[in-house]
Amino acid sequence: MAEIKKEHELIVTVSPHIKSEESTSRIMWSVNIALLPAAVMGAYFFGPRAVLAIALCIISALLSEYIYQKALNKKVSINDGSAFLTGLLLGMNLPASVPFYIPVVGSFVAVIITKQLFGGLGYNVFNPALIGRAFLLISFPKLMTIWTKPEAAFVQFDAKTTATPLGILKEEGLSKLIEVFGDKMNLYMELLKGHRAGSIGETSAIALIIGAAFLFYRGYITWHIPVSFLGTAAVMAWIFGAKGALFAGDPVIHLLSGGMLLGAFFMATDYVTCPSVKKGQILFGIGCGFLTMLIRLKGGFPEGVMFAILIMNCFAPLIDRGFKSKVFGALKETKAKEIKK
Amino acid sequence: MALATFKGGIHPPDKKELAKDRPISEAKPPQRVVIPLSQHLGAPCKPIVTIGQEVKKGEMIGEPGGFVSAPVHSSVSGKVIAIGEFPNAMGRMVNSIVIENNGKEEWAALKDNPDYMKLSPEELKEKIKAAGIVGMGGAAFPTSVKLSPPKEKPIDTVIINGAECEPYLTADYRLMVEKPNEVIEGLKILMKVLGVNKGFVGIENNKPDAIEKMKAAAKNEPGIEVCALEVKYPQGAEKMLIKATTGREVPPRALPMDVRVVVQNVGTALAVYEAARYGKPLIERVVTVTGEGINSPANLVVKIGTMISELIEQSGGFKGGAGKVISGGPMMGFALSSLDVAVTKGTSGVLVIPEEGVVHAGDFGPCIRCGRCIDICAMGLIPSMLSILSEKGFYEEAKEYNLFDCFECGSCAFVCPSKRPIVQLVRLAKSQTKP
Repeated sequence: MAEIKKEHELIVTVSPHIKSEESTSRIMWSVNIALLPAAVMGAYFFGPRAVLAIALCIISALLSEYIYQKALNKKVSINDGSAFLTGLLLGMNLPASVPFYIPVVGSFVAVIITKQLFGGLGYNVFNPALIGRAFLLISFPKLMTIWTKPEAAFVQFDAKTTATPLGILKEEGLSKLIEVFGDKMNLYMELLKGHRAGSIGETSAIALIIGAAFLFYRGYITWHIPVSFLGTAAVMAWIFGAKGALFAGDPVIHLLSGGMLLGAFFMATDYVTCPSVKKGQILFGIGCGFLTMLIRLKGGFPEGVMFAILIMNCFAPLIDRGFKSKVFGALKETKAKEIKK
Repeated sequence: MALATFKGGIHPPDKKELAKDRPISEAKPPQRVVIPLSQHLGAPCKPIVTIGQEVKKGEMIGEPGGFVSAPVHSSVSGKVIAIGEFPNAMGRMVNSIVIENNGKEEWAALKDNPDYMKLSPEELKEKIKAAGIVGMGGAAFPTSVKLSPPKEKPIDTVIINGAECEPYLTADYRLMVEKPNEVIEGLKILMKVLGVNKGFVGIENNKPDAIEKMKAAAKNEPGIEVCALEVKYPQGAEKMLIKATTGREVPPRALPMDVRVVVQNVGTALAVYEAARYGKPLIERVVTVTGEGINSPANLVVKIGTMISELIEQSGGFKGGAGKVISGGPMMGFALSSLDVAVTKGTSGVLVIPEEGVVHAGDFGPCIRCGRCIDICAMGLIPSMLSILSEKGFYEEAKEYNLFDCFECGSCAFVCPSKRPIVQLVRLAKSQTKP
């Protein structure tokens, strides 16, 4: 809105005349920083190809945004950290082995189709990085499910392939998974460290938790979505996770594998595509957790985080309407009448 | 013990340290005063003096133009030299009376009442009305009207608003520290006028000495409770203050009297006391002149009609380049386009923000739906949607989001990371549609 400068060079604007230090770009860059530990662990386990894939995603996300905004004569906003974040998240959601055109295509779909064509930052219905990934998974199902062994650190360019823990769990069951990792304790430890096959940035639970703790500390995310998401998933894993018996599943394996933590802390919490009302966020998180486990346990894919979040994204505006907060005093109208009497 | 408060709210830096230790002092008497005939909500006054006429200090110069109105009085003794339109602090032209000060400080005859508590409620109310007292927290609603609720709306509680939740301002704080007994007397008068036994003084907990002083002043008054409130903006908003002190919630679009409460500001309580005790009309008030852009912040007793430029001069002038000069506090005050406007009954402060401290309004981004504004909105609204709907011209739809329940406290615009001018957009929508 315009400022008016008049005599004495006084500036005239509408109140309030002070504002908090918080800014959109500070939030976005903080999320980028929070993702760094997990990205670094991904680079450590999956080697130079992982670094290249992430870098390509970021560069092509930034370029997509820049070219689109230049072409449409809009203000270029690549400095706000949001396109960078989309690129980084997409990269962290890819297998390290993808050929180099995959990040470019994914970033284009994420930034231009999912975000800019819907009106740019703030107006997209779906999480851009997840639509990018969903597009790639559906278009290039083979390439998107080749998982390299997490042993390629800084040496090999062409690594051996293997299955992800969730893949093994789905195809061969829990006992096989434990057998692959030696014993159950070792399995937990390796999942915590991230020494397992999977998307580049999703494997290291510890690194993701450190990043999420930073976001909690800064107040950029609240407990509502992660706790309801992970809580629902854990309960479902416990009740329905074991074959042939109820209440015998292992929730820890489910929470620490796949994209569960990356999704719950960093993608379901995306401001733009999750509900804004806190109570609604709890329902949103429950939906995400439920759908994730439904897909993992009953669906055709071993992993369901991505689709779960995308489906719940559709409901976010509706949830916000349903959980619209009560206006101050509105609920108490009857009580107010009582007071009057 | 948990402090009394409401749900939501923000914690802006309070900046009270700039002026809080400056005792109240008299401002230099101005050469002339420009007294607007409309300083309050409601009908403007009609001038009852003519150009050239000599007037005394405290003499009525404008009579109320209706029920919701309050008379205005001369704040100096001297000669009426002009009656005409002058800009007020909001930039509007307002019919005003200009009086040249003869410096003699000659008072009009005032009626002293040492036994004011023996007067009947009606007599007291008449004195308050004749003194031209209005709400001095900013809205300037005629006090006598607040004290005349319709019969079907009985009142059982009077609350004195000592929250002063606007950052920087310290006028009410100084009054509570320096004149606690007078403020409590004012409250007792208000309680008597309304025939109630329960009085509260709500004070934010960042003013412990004010709480202590007020508690001491009220210690022999069993009906009066001094209530420490959590430091949180907008704690001093009427509805939030009533919630914090009494637990009652004023329903949407309703008034405090609908929950049997009347709220008055600290300065107003003092004016009520002075009107009842000395018959003194409201011709001066305490104004906090403060901000990082002023050389020596002060709490000044200022005659109504004094130019804001004179207050700035007396406070050592601007420190560096003045970027913004605000009448009132930083959250709800309005930026002045000219310093040649008069202090009115509702002017609680003059805040100078230096050029480098100005938050520019030009750059704002799209709403990223972070929900911060929803979390902090004291009224339980969805400011983000209001701003988006208004921005796109959907003013009618904004009503579904309770547009008219917003009282423009500015908390949402304060926390918005995209720096969206939410208050401005809300005002735009309000102006384009009807409740």
